[in-house]
Amino acid sequence: MTKKRELIELDDVVIRFSGDSGDGMQLTGTLFSNTAALLGNDIATFPDYPAEIRAPQGTVGGVSGFQVHIGHSDIRTPGDLADVLVAMNPAALKANARWLKPGATIIYDRDNFTPKNIQKAGYKEDPIAEDRLQDFNIIPAPITSLTKEALKDMGLDMKTVLRSKNMFALGMIYWLFNRPLKYTEEFFQQKFKRKPEVVEANEKVLKAGYYYAETIEALHSTYVVKPAKIEKGVYRNINGNTATAWGLIAAAERAGLQLFVGSYPITPATGILEELALRKDLGVITVQAEDEIAGITTSIGASFAGLMAATTTSGPGLALKSEALGLAVITELPLVVVDVQRGGPSTGLPTKTEQSDLMQVLWGRNGESPVAVVAASTPANCFYYAFEAGRLALEHMTPVVLMTDGFLANGTEPFRVPDIEKMPEIKPPIVPEGTEDYMPYKRDPGTLVRGWAIPGTPGLEHRIGGLEKDENTGNVSYDPANHEKMTHIRAEKVAKIVEDIPEQKIEGEQEGDLLLVGWGSTYGHLVSAMEELKAEGKKVGLAHFNYINPLPANTDEVLGKFKKILVCELNLGQFANYLRMNYPKYEYHKLNKIQGLPFTVVEIKDEAKKLLEE
Amino acid sequence: MSTEENKVVYTAKDFKSDQEVRWCPGCGDHAILSSVQRTMAQLGIRREKYAVISGIGCSSRFPYYMATYGFHGIHGRAAAISTGVKTANPDLSVWTITGDGDALAIGGNHLIHVVRRNVDINLLLFNNRIYGLTKGQYSPTSVKGQVTKTSPYGTVEPPFNPGELVIGAKGKFFARTIDGDIKLSVEVFTEAAKHEGTSVVEILQNCVIYNNGAYADITDREHKEDRQIVLRDGEPMIFGKNRDKGLMLDGMQLKVVKIGENGITEKDILVHDSKVNNPGLHMMLVNMKWPSHPVAVGVIRNVAAPTYDTAVHVQIDKIKEQSPIKNMTDLLHSGNTWVVK
Repeated sequence: MTKKRELIELDDVVIRFSGDSGDGMQLTGTLFSNTAALLGNDIATFPDYPAEIRAPQGTVGGVSGFQVHIGHSDIRTPGDLADVLVAMNPAALKANARWLKPGATIIYDRDNFTPKNIQKAGYKEDPIAEDRLQDFNIIPAPITSLTKEALKDMGLDMKTVLRSKNMFALGMIYWLFNRPLKYTEEFFQQKFKRKPEVVEANEKVLKAGYYYAETIEALHSTYVVKPAKIEKGVYRNINGNTATAWGLIAAAERAGLQLFVGSYPITPATGILEELALRKDLGVITVQAEDEIAGITTSIGASFAGLMAATTTSGPGLALKSEALGLAVITELPLVVVDVQRGGPSTGLPTKTEQSDLMQVLWGRNGESPVAVVAASTPANCFYYAFEAGRLALEHMTPVVLMTDGFLANGTEPFRVPDIEKMPEIKPPIVPEGTEDYMPYKRDPGTLVRGWAIPGTPGLEHRIGGLEKDENTGNVSYDPANHEKMTHIRAEKVAKIVEDIPEQKIEGEQEGDLLLVGWGSTYGHLVSAMEELKAEGKKVGLAHFNYINPLPANTDEVLGKFKKILVCELNLGQFANYLRMNYPKYEYHKLNKIQGLPFTVVEIKDEAKKLLEE
Repeated sequence: MSTEENKVVYTAKDFKSDQEVRWCPGCGDHAILSSVQRTMAQLGIRREKYAVISGIGCSSRFPYYMATYGFHGIHGRAAAISTGVKTANPDLSVWTITGDGDALAIGGNHLIHVVRRNVDINLLLFNNRIYGLTKGQYSPTSVKGQVTKTSPYGTVEPPFNPGELVIGAKGKFFARTIDGDIKLSVEVFTEAAKHEGTSVVEILQNCVIYNNGAYADITDREHKEDRQIVLRDGEPMIFGKNRDKGLMLDGMQLKVVKIGENGITEKDILVHDSKVNNPGLHMMLVNMKWPSHPVAVGVIRNVAAPTYDTAVHVQIDKIKEQSPIKNMTDLLHSGNTWVVK
């Protein structure tokens, strides 16, 4: 590793790994990201994979991609366009050619560019010519044949040999970006502890790729991306699903309660259940229920029994849970429901991201059925909003829906490890034994929160359920005036949460010509767009909402500080409609995208400029 | 309630809530409520440890009439809610109140899975073969051809036999009783409570308004001893007013025989064993129908097996002991981390 060419320093770089869904591109991207993170770069990642586990080989539909953006400065998005594309076959090139920056480097597996594969990918002639890629830095590498060559003496079967070719590509990228191999080698050693031949094969191929890149003439220079200047502390790389799982555990710990999660596997939320199932060491009870309904109803049962309860799902699962969510509303039990949104309606685009469940979350139940709603906006802050959902649920005795989406769930970024002891202590209103004149629906007059009497406590025996309750005793009541009163109380109880949440911040200009408004996972793209516009001298601010219901107390004031408002979201305008309903005096311009993909920064800037010029 | 030497002594009254019972006069549910209250008073379990969980239907109003912890759920979900309660706190004595519509139609999925997992709950299935609360539509246990408001020309679908379904779902405990037979019900409920695992008790319950007399042919005073057989462990399967009829195996079939005829003596009659794991004979017993056979009541199947709720906590305790991660701080600092100075 002595021979070095010109070393170019970059502020940031975007790399996209792509291949067949069986080519191991997600792992390749993850390993690269982990190395970058451990070297102190700021990173953001975006896995983009098909719904089929093994779609037909070599077709565009079966292409699995993993984009990683690493940088020396603050990285907020996985990047609009890539600087480097690794394409394991013609379909991967076909699917990704349009996501490249001018002059980008394309490394592709020459061995896989056979006439048959080229045709399968839907190209008529030479792909490089057809996609007009002549101006790119094109590196045809014989990845498959050199992988075979590297492993020829190991006596491995062809399947195992071919499975390691992704490591050849990774080795090339490591050389190109001056990355050490050791973290990845450590991963092999850990992962394949009992299969030393697999460790050896992967290491051999990784090194073969590294040395190949060093040897060939096609690469004129290598690049270095220096560590980012980020806040001091202990960091780890985390994706949104893991962060959500951990936030729930942290909330249970700060409440002094055991965590119970009844759930049913559904893309893209399953990772949360998987992570929680691992955490028996922290006392987490996971019930993989027989269906979505049992997922939420086992959790409601656990909440009745006095545990911190949560259920995790995606849009179609939330639809199935909606009747039971109403039961949690009327029984006023604490419950966290995590909705990891995906493209809809129906089965829709299971592996792609979207923000189209907002109306379902807010209103998708029978009756007047208010729930508190919070939304995470980066993979790492899923931790804090899961914690916050737990806090609000337990302290306000209400179901809380935490909204994330596929982009946050699978995307990763560095997470500054918090000091758990400094996180707020959560104090649910548990009714102590010996309380005189206990009544299940007696409330705190300030917050309207009822007490939580836990089965097993002598003297507090009581009955709750889905029928309308008498205002205090909680006995079944069909009294018309009582029903109206209870309806108001339930609404007001949730509305009063506004006193327990922070005010809405504006980033960028505090007043001016244009306010960008967003919520949830679009934060990275919106803040990048806002900063670039500001750098160009535009009077632009960003109000990005994490508290959806109730909205922060100063929302009206925030919206009133700008001449124009542009609400950007990955749906047909649900948050814009919600704001219009609450604050009808403003005009809401909309930027909507429903392609199963995040915004690009450029799209947001273009729309903002158009509005600014009008 | 009185306390003697640290042991609480209850009467059935201690389990009555202050709420007015609103079932129709003559409904079988009144007797079942009374049987449950009597059972609970005798079990030696403190009142605050009981949780009574229901779904939707006439029977599901049950928790409101109990002075225990209670939860009136939503349609079909009683078994799932109960799974949550019991798994969250295995120290509670969980009683699930459900009906033929609640447990076998809308909640069928939860029923088979609670039984498969063997969650330690007592599930009382009030089977009146009709939807009462919605005023008389057929249920999954309505007999084929039954005329109801939604089957004005008779149903064309065969019914479930709850016992067959429960045993088919790997059930370890199944018993049957009759609403009006309080003595038998208390006996059966007590066995259900003692059994660790999902104890399903089917209660043949009369709906006076929409399906009156559904079980009259086997419950009327005149004939009941000839048309029911009460199964008790270790006792021969003998029934009849004159205790002169019994059950024998004829090949792979159960056959009713008369003691004293064809040289058959009491010794030839099958002896009930609810504890045998092989479900073969239990399946035949739950499927017996009058007039070819007597209807079996009592504890038909009662087999010991590990329970779900215990297994969940045993596993957690084991992993807790083995893992170096003891709290959230340990978890956050585990694996690959790096320090920015």
